[in-house]
Amino acid sequence: MKPTTPLEAQQAVLELPTLMPISGGSKAILSTPVDGAAQLDMSGMCGVIDYVPEEFTFTALPSTPLTEIRDLLSTHDQYLPFDPPLAQRGATLGGTLAAGLSGPGRYRYGGVRDFVLGIQFVTGSGELVRGGGKVVKNAAGFDFPKLLVGSLGRLGVVTEVSFKVFPAPEAHITLRVDYSDMNQAVKSMIRFATAPLNIASLDLEPPGTLWVRLSGFEDVLASSLERAFILAGAGDALQGEQERDLWRQARDFEWIDNDCTLVKIPITPGRITALESELQNTEAIRRYSVGGNVVWLAWPSDKDGLDTIMHRLRLVGLRILGQAGLPFVGVRSPNVFASRVKRALDPQNRFPPIV
Amino acid sequence: MQQFLDDLAKLYPPDRLLTERAQLIPYESDGLTAFRMRPRAVVLPDVQEDVIETVRMCHIHGVPFVPRGSGTSLSGGALPVHDGIVIALNRLNRILSLDPEQRLAVVEPGVANLSVSQAAAPHGLYYAPDPSSQPVCTIGGNVAFNAGGAHCLKYGMTSNHVLRLKVVLPEAEVVELGSESLESVDSDWTGLFVGSEGLFGIALEVTLRLLSKPEAYHTMLAAYRSMEAAGDAVADVVASGLLPGAIEIMDNLTIQAVNQSLGAGYPPDASALLIVELEGETDQVNAESVRLQEIIRGSEAYSVNSAQDETERAMIWKGRKGAFAALGTISQAYIVQDGVVPRSQLGEALAEIDKISSHHGLRVANVFHAGDGNLHPNVLFDGSQVGMLERAEALADEIVEMCIRRGGSITGEHGVGMEKRKHLASLFSEDDLKVMQRLHRTLDPQAIANRGKMFPDSLKHLR
Repeated sequence: MKPTTPLEAQQAVLELPTLMPISGGSKAILSTPVDGAAQLDMSGMCGVIDYVPEEFTFTALPSTPLTEIRDLLSTHDQYLPFDPPLAQRGATLGGTLAAGLSGPGRYRYGGVRDFVLGIQFVTGSGELVRGGGKVVKNAAGFDFPKLLVGSLGRLGVVTEVSFKVFPAPEAHITLRVDYSDMNQAVKSMIRFATAPLNIASLDLEPPGTLWVRLSGFEDVLASSLERAFILAGAGDALQGEQERDLWRQARDFEWIDNDCTLVKIPITPGRITALESELQNTEAIRRYSVGGNVVWLAWPSDKDGLDTIMHRLRLVGLRILGQAGLPFVGVRSPNVFASRVKRALDPQNRFPPIV
Repeated sequence: MQQFLDDLAKLYPPDRLLTERAQLIPYESDGLTAFRMRPRAVVLPDVQEDVIETVRMCHIHGVPFVPRGSGTSLSGGALPVHDGIVIALNRLNRILSLDPEQRLAVVEPGVANLSVSQAAAPHGLYYAPDPSSQPVCTIGGNVAFNAGGAHCLKYGMTSNHVLRLKVVLPEAEVVELGSESLESVDSDWTGLFVGSEGLFGIALEVTLRLLSKPEAYHTMLAAYRSMEAAGDAVADVVASGLLPGAIEIMDNLTIQAVNQSLGAGYPPDASALLIVELEGETDQVNAESVRLQEIIRGSEAYSVNSAQDETERAMIWKGRKGAFAALGTISQAYIVQDGVVPRSQLGEALAEIDKISSHHGLRVANVFHAGDGNLHPNVLFDGSQVGMLERAEALADEIVEMCIRRGGSITGEHGVGMEKRKHLASLFSEDDLKVMQRLHRTLDPQAIANRGKMFPDSLKHLR
């Protein structure tokens, strides 16, 4: 089924006993139905409905490609501050929201949850529901827009979303610092995170490379870089196309092999060392992002053992790219709040289960 | 009820279980003084376990409870329920941990908003959301109503700063939502809980994200001869690509009030006063301030001042943050509205408020978060005169309807509470409200947690 209007989406939900919505399909693991559920192809609901540059907000249909939004916003020097990943692979706005994915630039102002303003979605009972609104500040009603972030099609079928955007920074410059080991690199990362600098992105790559992306006015960046250099004690500056490519490659996961499973694992800076020692003798390639709040981990698809490590460290991860299978790895604890929300929004269990 | 009160008496010593009239009076109302209700009892738990046990007893006996912090809600969010109890959380006021390296604070619900920033200050950190009542309002209340403040423009509201919650649900189950990480891999349960106005239970522990204190501020005050000119300047600043920490406007009536009661020293003749604050890295702020000055010079400002030091900056903010209280000196009573309009319509919306105000023959003082289109029209009236409250409410209702008509919202940061319940059905469709209420009743089948807030009684048929 391929709805082109909210009404058709409602009808489709009511006709299908079990279903999973998909749009761009750039994250196959998250858009492959299991247990005989039908695929609800949302690609017919595509395009920006409303963009008011002076409001710094826009509303779009769920299958609008990220690239289309990025290009539109850039004509007014605006951007999506949560820096959505996988744009080059065809990711859509709705899929990005449902998967709850933000990129390295999320470090500065927040993730997809912090920029979504309003949502329209179809519940498992076929109601068409709105939450939030189109203005940048709103405290009326339950926060459905945030609830649908990361919901993986388990609570509703998104039919429209509104976002706020920001003016794009005038310029960027990146400092690369190579440390002798991860311990040194983590310590330096924490120093940067607590320093009053305009840091746009703060990533870490084993065996000990720290990436600090600074943003601001063109003629101020030199002084920011100077301060960052003093804080790090060493490093090389990158700018221009080379710098932009670097972050695009990071954001679109160009650094992983096709025979790997890419897993997103939320973490805190204080736990990086423990994870690193577990990963020492594995083939996992990884990149810590958002100031050590997430690790993107590429695990060889033919190897076991990740789940064991995750359990040992009591971590949970979401599989983003790779062969089809269950979305979660690691520890998930039952949550009565979640199961009640699920019961209210999808009483007939038409959508995939939340566990 | 007697059995329930007897059970409470086993849990609480007499000085923490209030049942006498004189003891209950201070709890009858919150920041929205037009509404009053005397609860059956007030309990003052001092440990989380007692909160959980109290909720369990309320669940078993079917007695409604209203959680309360400092009672600063401007929407009647902490209004007691007849034949219900108030769970006053002020004694749960411990900062449980503060981790400067990971920039986190774990606090109990009774901790005052400003106390978090004070505790974080020695580490060069602060907690960003800053409601005007921040010296007294509590984190628990901030979480329940997704509180905002003047500095939401860049870093968002309470919801954008809460990472993890430990909550007791209305049926006394205790759950943890979210984690200490800024990132997550599940539905945003924390995001749903924040702003649920107490209907989903009580937050017992809140993990907050702290930010590095800006190295520099540039706080500028510009005076205008008309509200429209100030509104246009806001549009110019927003369109310029600058991203200030705050953009605020107040009108002449408010200026008079804060000058009188706080000695704010604002230009007394100004029809509108604009405050713009830039913040961040010193060199960047200096460069931005040059651009800001150009924009303001190009506007119709007739007087422009910038704070030269922290004392002058504090002075500028003292007037703005004390504005609501100051209005009490020029009016016996007032209703604070909290509607939102698209920011490009600010000028038109203010002109319309002016028209509505003269039509009803009551004064409206405007002091608001211009940068995000969040209006605070304060309807001034004399509550001792019969019929005046109703007149003020009628005026306020018209303003709210105007915000809805313009594609905005009925509340930017105060929440729906008691006061804006009737407008919810103008903002949302019947299906929207049906699903919201189904969610409410799935989490709280007896509707005992903060009963009566958010949803109007007239919507009962949708359940």
